Amino acid sequence: MDFQAVIESLPRYGEPLLVTIGVTVASAALALVLAFTLGLMTGSRRLAVRTPARVFVEFFRGSSVVVQLFWFAFAMPVVLGIQFDYLIVAGIIALGFNYGAYSSEVVRGAIAAVPKGQLEAATALNLTPSQKMRLVVLPQAWPEMIPSLCAFAIMLLKASALVSVIGILDITWLAGLLGKQPGQDRLLHYGVVLVIYFILAWLIWTGMRALERKAKRGLGIDAKPAKGRLAPAVAEGGAL
Amino acid sequence: MQSPITDPSGAEPLIEFDRVDKSFGDLKVLDKLNFRVDPGERVTLIGPSGSGKTTILRLLMTLEKVTPTADPETEGGVIYVEGKPYSHMEKGGKLVPASERWLRQRRSRVGMVFQQFNLFPNMKVLRNVTEAQVHVAGRSKAEAEAKAGELLELVGLSEKADEYPARLSGGQQQRVAIARALAMDPDILLLDEVTSALDPELVADVLAVLRDVAETTSITMLCVTHEMGFARDVSNRVLMFDNGQIVEQGAPEAIFSEPQEARTQDFLRAVLAE
Repeated sequence: MDFQAVIESLPRYGEPLLVTIGVTVASAALALVLAFTLGLMTGSRRLAVRTPARVFVEFFRGSSVVVQLFWFAFAMPVVLGIQFDYLIVAGIIALGFNYGAYSSEVVRGAIAAVPKGQLEAATALNLTPSQKMRLVVLPQAWPEMIPSLCAFAIMLLKASALVSVIGILDITWLAGLLGKQPGQDRLLHYGVVLVIYFILAWLIWTGMRALERKAKRGLGIDAKPAKGRLAPAVAEGGAL
Repeated sequence: MQSPITDPSGAEPLIEFDRVDKSFGDLKVLDKLNFRVDPGERVTLIGPSGSGKTTILRLLMTLEKVTPTADPETEGGVIYVEGKPYSHMEKGGKLVPASERWLRQRRSRVGMVFQQFNLFPNMKVLRNVTEAQVHVAGRSKAEAEAKAGELLELVGLSEKADEYPARLSGGQQQRVAIARALAMDPDILLLDEVTSALDPELVADVLAVLRDVAETTSITMLCVTHEMGFARDVSNRVLMFDNGQIVEQGAPEAIFSEPQEARTQDFLRAVLAE
C-alpha cells in the first residue's frame, strides 16, 4: 500500500470536505425549520392545516432521495422553469425536504407526548393556544426531540454523499476518483473518508449531547445531581 | 339573557347549573343537574368516584364542554356564571355553545388547582407564578414578581422561588400550584382532589394553606375532596353526589352527623373507615 501517495493527496480533500459539511449543515438547518413547521401542522386539530402537511410528509418520506435529487436538479428547471444557479442548492433542498419530512414526526410525537395536564393547567391560567405552545409545550417537548433529531442529523451527514449523483464533488466521490488514479490505493482513500465521516458524526453527537444536557437542566433535571443537594423527600422532611 | 331560575331570596347566584347534561360517549356523567353556588360560598362535593364531582369542576374550568341540548332556552343544559351564560353565548338572541374566544373571556375569573399539581416543569417556581400574570393579565414583571413573592410567602415557600418544580416534594409543588392559581385573582377557585396524590404527612401543610385562604379571602371555593375534616372546617355546604345527581346537601354538620340518605350514610361510613 502506498501511504505516501495518499498523504500527499490529502489537501485535495479540503474543498470537497467543505461541500460535505456545507451540504450537511445547510440541509440540516432547512430540515429543522421544516420539521417544526410540519410537526406543528400535522399535530393540528384543523383538517385544513393538517392535510397539506401530511401530504408533504408522506410524499417526501415515500419516495427515493436519489430521485428527488435528480428531480430538483434536472427536472424542475424543465418542468417548472426554476433554475438553481448552483446545483448544490438543489441538493440542499432535496435533502432538507426529505429529512425535514422524517424529523417532523419526531417533533409531532414529542409535542403529543407532553402530558395533557400541562395543557389543562395552561387553560386554567387562560393562556392562548400560541402561548401554550411557546411557553409550555415546546420547552418541554424539545429535550425529548434531541436524541432522535441527532440520529437524523447523523443520517443526513451520511446521505450527503448522495449529492454526487447530481454531479457535486463531495468527499465520497473524490475518494473514488483519487482511488482510480495510477499509484493511488482505493482502499486507503475510502479509509480516509470513513474516518472523516466518523469524526464529523462524533462532532454532531457531542454537540447534541451538550444541547440535551442543557435542555434537561432547563427542566430542573441534572444529568448528575449537584453535590450537597438533598433528595426532594429529605428536603421536605427538613422543612417540616 | 338571564338565567331562567329565579331565586326566592332574590340574591343572584354566582354559579348556576341549569339542567346540565354531560356524557362521555354512552356514559352519562351528569344527568340534568341543577345546582347553584352563591358568591363567597365554600362548597364541598363528595361522593363515590365516577359520580360526576370532578366533571363539574372541569366544566367550570372549560376543560370539558356540556353535552348540548337541542333547545337551550327551554331544555336547559346551560351553565351560568354571574347570571350570564358561561357554557353558551348569545347569538342572534339564541343560546349557542360558546366559542373559544367567549370561553377565554369568561374563564378569566376562574382558577383551578389539580390533583397532579401540573406545575410547568420548564419554569422555576417564581416563573410558574408570574408567567400568566405577565402574559395573560398583562402585569409588569416587577408587579407580577411582587405578587408572586407575597403568595409564595403565604404558602410558606419563599425560599424555593429559584428552584425547579422537579426539586420540590409533592406537597410543596401543590402549594406552589395554589399560589399560581391565586396570582390570577380568581373569583372562583376550583380544588380538584388537591391532596389525593400526596403522601399522608404532606397533606396537612396543603390543607393549612387552603384554610388560610378560606379565612382571609372571600373567594368562592368549589372543592372535590375525600378529606372530610377539611370539608367540615372550611365549607358552608356539602353536596353528596351519586350517578350524576345530587343525592343530598346541607351544612357540613348536618351531612356528617345526621345524613338522611342511605347512600350518603354508606359513603361516609366507607370513607371514614379508611
